[in-house]
Amino acid sequence: MNILKFFTAGSVDDGKSTLIGRLLYDTDSILADQLEALQSSNRKNDDGTIDLAILTDGLRAEREQGITIDVAYKYFQTEKRKFIIADTPGHIQYTRNMVTGASTANLAIILIDARNGVVEQTIRHSYIVSLLGIKHVVVCINKMDMVDYSETVYSAIIEKYKVLAQQLKLADVTYIPVSALKGDNIVQNSGNMDWYEGESLLHFLEKVDTDNLDKSQLARMPVQWVIRPQTEELHDYRGYAGRVLSGTFNLNDKVTVLPSGASSTVEKIEFFDQTPDAAHAGQSVIIHLKDDVDISRGDTIVNASALPQESKLIEADLCWMDGRALDTSIMYNIQHNSKITRCKISEILHKVDINTLEKHAADEFKLNDIGRVIIKTADALAFDLYDDNRANGSAILVDTRTNLTVGALMFRAAVE
Amino acid sequence: MSTYNFDYLDELEAEAIHILREVAGQFEKPALLFSGGKDSITLVRLAEKAFRPGKFPFPLVHIDTGHNFEETITYRDQMVERIGEKLIIGSVQESIDQGKAVEQTGKNASRNALQTVTLLDTIAKHQFDACIGGARRDEEKARAKERIFSVRDEFGQWDPKRQRPELWNIYNGKIHKGENIRVFPISNWTELDVWNYIRREKIDLPSIYFSHERDCITRNGQLMAASPFLNMDDEDVVERKQVRFRTVGDMSCTAAVESDATLIDDIISEISASKISERGARMDDKVSEAAMEDRKKGGYF
Ligand SMILES: Nc1nc2c(ncn2[C@@H]2O[C@H](COP(=O)(O)OP(=O)(O)OP(=O)(O)O)[C@@H](O)[C@H]2O)c(=O)[nH]1
Ligand SMILES: [Mg+2]
Repeated sequence: MNILKFFTAGSVDDGKSTLIGRLLYDTDSILADQLEALQSSNRKNDDGTIDLAILTDGLRAEREQGITIDVAYKYFQTEKRKFIIADTPGHIQYTRNMVTGASTANLAIILIDARNGVVEQTIRHSYIVSLLGIKHVVVCINKMDMVDYSETVYSAIIEKYKVLAQQLKLADVTYIPVSALKGDNIVQNSGNMDWYEGESLLHFLEKVDTDNLDKSQLARMPVQWVIRPQTEELHDYRGYAGRVLSGTFNLNDKVTVLPSGASSTVEKIEFFDQTPDAAHAGQSVIIHLKDDVDISRGDTIVNASALPQESKLIEADLCWMDGRALDTSIMYNIQHNSKITRCKISEILHKVDINTLEKHAADEFKLNDIGRVIIKTADALAFDLYDDNRANGSAILVDTRTNLTVGALMFRAAVE
Repeated sequence: MSTYNFDYLDELEAEAIHILREVAGQFEKPALLFSGGKDSITLVRLAEKAFRPGKFPFPLVHIDTGHNFEETITYRDQMVERIGEKLIIGSVQESIDQGKAVEQTGKNASRNALQTVTLLDTIAKHQFDACIGGARRDEEKARAKERIFSVRDEFGQWDPKRQRPELWNIYNGKIHKGENIRVFPISNWTELDVWNYIRREKIDLPSIYFSHERDCITRNGQLMAASPFLNMDDEDVVERKQVRFRTVGDMSCTAAVESDATLIDDIISEISASKISERGARMDDKVSEAAMEDRKKGGYF
C-alpha cells in the first residue's frame, strides 16, 4: 500500500474544509467520539445538520470565524490506499500556510464555487500549483446543489479553467462536479447529475498514479550527520547519515562529494541492522566511502557521472511569506537541505500579477508576492533545477533578525 | 534501475529518521521526551535507526508525575539499561514540594496539567533548545495544525496563529535564546501506523497495553484503574475487569478499555474495528472543545 498526499485549494468559502469533512464522513473515517463532539458543537449548518468543516478547523479562532487560518493535516485510508490530506486556507492573507500544505503534496484539489466560477484566488492557487510543480490537479466544481446541478453552468466553468490550465501548463487536469455539503460525487457517484460520466472524487484519488518513487539518475544525498562512535571496537568507523533525495546509490558506485569535489566509491550502505546493496530515493541510510575524505554536515554526496549545478548566483522563483517586505540591502540565510549559508537577493527580475499572470518589473517584494529573483550566496550551492529534481531544487530564506522563514525558493537556472 | 519495495511504513520511518537527524545537526542541546508510552517507545527505535552504531546525540527525558503505572517504570528502566543512553527525570512531586506546582483537589484531581510546570522547569534547568516528542497529528484537532518543528517562546507557549511556514522537507530550527523547539517526527503517523510498525519491528511494550485483570472503577462513563492516586469515595464501586490501556499517561487520567487482546495482532484488529478514538480514552481532553489547544498554548507537550 502506498500514500497519496493531496491538499485542497481555492477561494474563501469555496468549501475546501467541508469537502474534506465529507470525504472522511462518507468513508466512515470519523470515530464515534469525534462525531459526538461535532454534534454537540454549536457551529451548525443552516438546516441544523452538522458542519463538517469543523473537523479540520481545529483552532478556536477558526471555529469562531468560520474560516481556515492554518493548514490541518488529516489521515484516512481505504482498501486501496493511504491518504494524507492538507486542508489549506483560502484567505489571501494566509497564502503562506497554503504553500506550506502544498509543498509536500503530489496532488492538488482546486475547488471552484459553481455560483462564482473562476475568481482571483482560483488563479492565484492554480499559479502556485504550477510553480510548485504539482503533477496532478483535480478541479472540483462545488456547490452544484445551489445551481440546480446544471451541466451548462459546469461546462462554462471548465471551459474557462481549461484556458487557465493551458496558460499555466498544467498537464494533468481532471474535472468533477460535486456538492461537498450534500455528498454528490465525493465518495458515491451522484444521482443528481446523470450527465456526468466520470468517476467520483474518491475513486479517482484511489487510482491516480502517484509515482512517489523518483526514477531519475540524479543520485543525491545531503549529509545530515556524521556517525563516529570512536569506541574501541569501532575505532575507524565513519558513516555518513542522510536521506537519499533522488536517484539510487549502488555499492561500488563512483561518487563525488560537494562542495569539495573529492571523489570516492560507495563501500558500504547501512540501514540499522541491514547492509543493502543499494540506497534509493526516499530512504534514510548510512553511506560509507572507500577513501578518507573530509565530509561534514551540509555536504552532498552525488553520482559522479551526473553532477548537479554549482553556483553562487542562482535565478529562482521566490514566494515571499513575511509581513516585513524583502530588503535587498541585507543578508538572509538560505537553507538548502542541510546546508545553510548567507545570501542576498541581488536583483528582482520581475513580479507576477496574479490576475493577468503578466510579469512586471518591480523593486519591492511584499507578503504573498511571487516573482523571479537572482540570489547571490556566500558559499556555492550544489543544486538541481526545480523542474528536474524538486527535492534538490528548492530552498527557504530565513530572516536572521527574526529567525522566521520568509521565502520559498525554486531554482530555475544557474547564472553564468 | 533496480526496483525496490518502499511501502507506507518505510516512507513514514524514513521521514522520521530524517527529522531526528536534522535535530542532531541543528541544535546544541536537544532532548527526547520519553513518557513510557508506545509513541515514545517508537521514537526510541527510530533514534536507534538514525544514530546506531553511534550514541544518541540527546538524553531521554521523563517527566514523572509520580502517579505511574508500575509497569511503565519497570519498562523504562530496563529499556534505558538495554540501549545504554542517558535518562534525565523531571519530577512533578519535586515541583509540588518546591511550591512551583499545586496539587489539584476534588474527585477528578490529576497531575496531568502539573506536568507542564515540571516540563518547562526541566527545559530551563538543562537549557534544552529542542525537545523531541511523540505527538501525532491524528490524535487531536489542535495537534493536526502543528508544524513538525514547532516554536515555543520563552514562556513555553505555542502561538497557533503565528506558525512559521514549513516547506518541503526543510526544517527551520533557528531560534532566539530562551526559546525552544518541539519536534514531532511521527506527526504523520496514525495510531494504526504505530501499531503496525511495532508489530513489524517486533518492539517490546509495557504489559499494560495488553489484556490483563485489574481492579477498576467507572468514572464519567470511563473505566479507571483503581489506585491510591485516584480520589475515591463511597460511590465508587471497585470491579475486577479484563482490560488493557490504549494510551498510557498518568494513572489518574488514563482510562482503560475492556479487551481480551493479548497479542499485537488482536490489538490491531481491535483498533481497526474501533469506533472510538485513542484520545477518547483521555479524561484530560474531554473538558472542552479547545482543551488541547489551550494546554499547548500553555506549554504542554
Ligand atoms: N450549498 C452548499 N454549501 C456548501 C457546499 N460546500 C460548502 N458549503 C458551505 O460553504 C461555507 C464555507 O465552507 P468551508 O468548507 O468552510 O469553506 P473553505 O473553502 O474551507 O473556506 P476557507 O478555508 O476559510 O477558505 C459553509 O457554510 C459550507 O457549509 C456545497 O457543496 N453546497
Ligand atoms: Mg477551510
